[in-house]
Amino acid sequence: MEDRSVMELREMAETYKYDFKDPYLYKEIFDKGLDEDKVIKISKIKGEPEWMTEFRVRAYRIFISKPMPKWGNTELLNKINFDDIHYYVRPQEDHKRSWDEVPEYIKKTFERLGIPEAERKFLAGVTAQYESEVVYHSIRQDLAKQGVIFTDMDTGLREYPEIVRKYFGTVVPPEDNKFAALNSAVWSGGSFVYVPPNVKVSIPLQAYFRINARNMGQFERTLIIADEGSEVTYIEGCTAPIYSSQSLHAAVVEIIALPNSKVQYITIQNWSKDVYNLVTKRSVAYTNAKVGWIDANIGSLLTMKYPSIYLLGEGARGEIISVAFAKTGQHQDAGSKIVMAAPNTSATVTSKSISVGSGRASYRGLVKVYKEAKNAKVNVQCDALLLDPESRTDTYPVIEVHQPNAVVTHEATVSKISEQQLYYLMSRGLSPEEAKTLIIHGFIENFIKELPMEYALEMNRLIALEMEGSVG
Amino acid sequence: MLKINNLVVKVKSMDKQILNGLDLEVKSGEIHCIMGRNGSGKSTLGHVIMGNPEYEIIDGQIYFENELINDLPTNERAIKGIYLAFQNPIEIPGVTLTSFFRYTTKKFYPQDMPYSKIRKEIVELLHKFGIPEDTMKRYLNEGFSGGERKRIEAMQVLVYKPKLAILDEIDSGLDIDGLKSIVRYINEYVEQNPNTSIIFITHYSRLLQYLSPNRVHVMINGKIVASGDISLAREIDEKGYLWLENNVGA
Repeated sequence: MEDRSVMELREMAETYKYDFKDPYLYKEIFDKGLDEDKVIKISKIKGEPEWMTEFRVRAYRIFISKPMPKWGNTELLNKINFDDIHYYVRPQEDHKRSWDEVPEYIKKTFERLGIPEAERKFLAGVTAQYESEVVYHSIRQDLAKQGVIFTDMDTGLREYPEIVRKYFGTVVPPEDNKFAALNSAVWSGGSFVYVPPNVKVSIPLQAYFRINARNMGQFERTLIIADEGSEVTYIEGCTAPIYSSQSLHAAVVEIIALPNSKVQYITIQNWSKDVYNLVTKRSVAYTNAKVGWIDANIGSLLTMKYPSIYLLGEGARGEIISVAFAKTGQHQDAGSKIVMAAPNTSATVTSKSISVGSGRASYRGLVKVYKEAKNAKVNVQCDALLLDPESRTDTYPVIEVHQPNAVVTHEATVSKISEQQLYYLMSRGLSPEEAKTLIIHGFIENFIKELPMEYALEMNRLIALEMEGSVG
Repeated sequence: MLKINNLVVKVKSMDKQILNGLDLEVKSGEIHCIMGRNGSGKSTLGHVIMGNPEYEIIDGQIYFENELINDLPTNERAIKGIYLAFQNPIEIPGVTLTSFFRYTTKKFYPQDMPYSKIRKEIVELLHKFGIPEDTMKRYLNEGFSGGERKRIEAMQVLVYKPKLAILDEIDSGLDIDGLKSIVRYINEYVEQNPNTSIIFITHYSRLLQYLSPNRVHVMINGKIVASGDISLAREIDEKGYLWLENNVGA
């Protein structure tokens, strides 16, 4: 048994090495701008089945026909020049990059975070893919025994075409919004997860290996299917401002939680401060299934992201806990969407935002309760913390209820750090910066509690880093 | 240790003068009691020594170890060795005592000392002051009873080991047994650390029966109007503040 595993591991490593060395596959950089030919070419290079090529082309047509959103931060949105973006870049470009080429402030963050050597090596471009694969395989072996599939989306499509075809694009169709259409046309990388019936994955799936895939393009696509009675937790992008040469990141995440399953998806988004982060994340929960989105947005220039849960089966439950941290120059437009279409469904939404300097945090939320959702219960709580006089927060809740006995509550609070709180903590030796950081930790304590230990520590460190030098 | 000359202080947000030319000197290792009625300015004095931004110094000087600290930020005063046990400690939602002490002890304990070890010491101190370990999981001062607040504020003297500790109304909200045990541990600490100076601020003389202060001061209208030994406190106990007010013509 053990020998076979070792062989498998080596074989996979070899395969990867082979791919890496292939000059045609890995030196491909498309010209800026997008047209139908390029979309088809992406699909060809990846050797995709015809249905996927057609899916991409259809999505591309939707993308060009859809206008830009007329809500959110339209001023920033309209600055996106779609003709000035490379839609497909093979990863070698990034691998070549030396550690010296990474911008100073990002390097500093990495160094102070002490992120795994493997990831630093990736950024430095030294044996990185191999290092990342090792992490990936060691997790995969453990899970494979339980029949769990955890691979990148391209491999998923190649090796599990039936499952992918059955679910891909069903939760987030290309018609959904302009950026979902763009992603559907040019997606590359992302994760494919399938958990067989009644398998409970005890350790979280971590997206370490995806750092390779992610850098192949800013349009990753993730599909998670939890079969009946299964349980899985997925964590993405923990450590980091991932250095990106492009500034548009438009991902799509689809989660299918089949009856009695439990899925939890944790994100700690910390892109560098020049990235547009326009992500569509949606899940469907069938009978008695439970879906949780735990979503932190710390980085990026503009984030527009509204994790959604469609509660389609009786007794399905949803939970969305999010934190948005907006510093000067940043706009975190985050929120949630709860759609209830079956009896006895329930959901809670807890949104915490922190605005520093002239940073802006918006909460945009939709609660929709259909007539079918008898006894539905949903509770939304939005809390905003403003650190400075010029800090900004807005709340845009939309509540639509078609079922008279549904219980829907919405509560919003805005608070400021009081001078006396600061003074009290300073009287115990803390600098104003440290005092504010501690108060922020307290403000998002409920969020931190949901994270696995190492991510909680990570989150605390990130907030402390963000607060450095932001008090003046 | 502490020297205050002709201190004049007003509340920033309004035109209200609270201290009107106050003088005070506390030497290293001395225990002082400042007594006075509500509104006499005695709590303000503690806060001004700590640097509360609510107040503005209009005139006068505060020296700590011969250094003028009028404009020193509160955290730097704390690090130099001034501690104020608040009469009404501030609530910090979501911040557990564990994380509060994780942050604050970094400033006062050796850098290489792991927090697990520090935490153990703190739990022992809490226990000594009659606070169960579970409290470490509670949010700072949120929903704490009056007694719990006093015990935890007083106990922090033993955590940060300041050179000058100001204990503001440590006796209010505590039952007599609680008060006795707090004062016993503070006294014990001072015996073991004889250079520590302590200022007790109170308006009841009952606290004084458990202390042996070097000096007792009485404040009226933002000024120290009488200073003496413990017999001054007894006199106030007998005759009340009114007697003094009449005497000094305040």
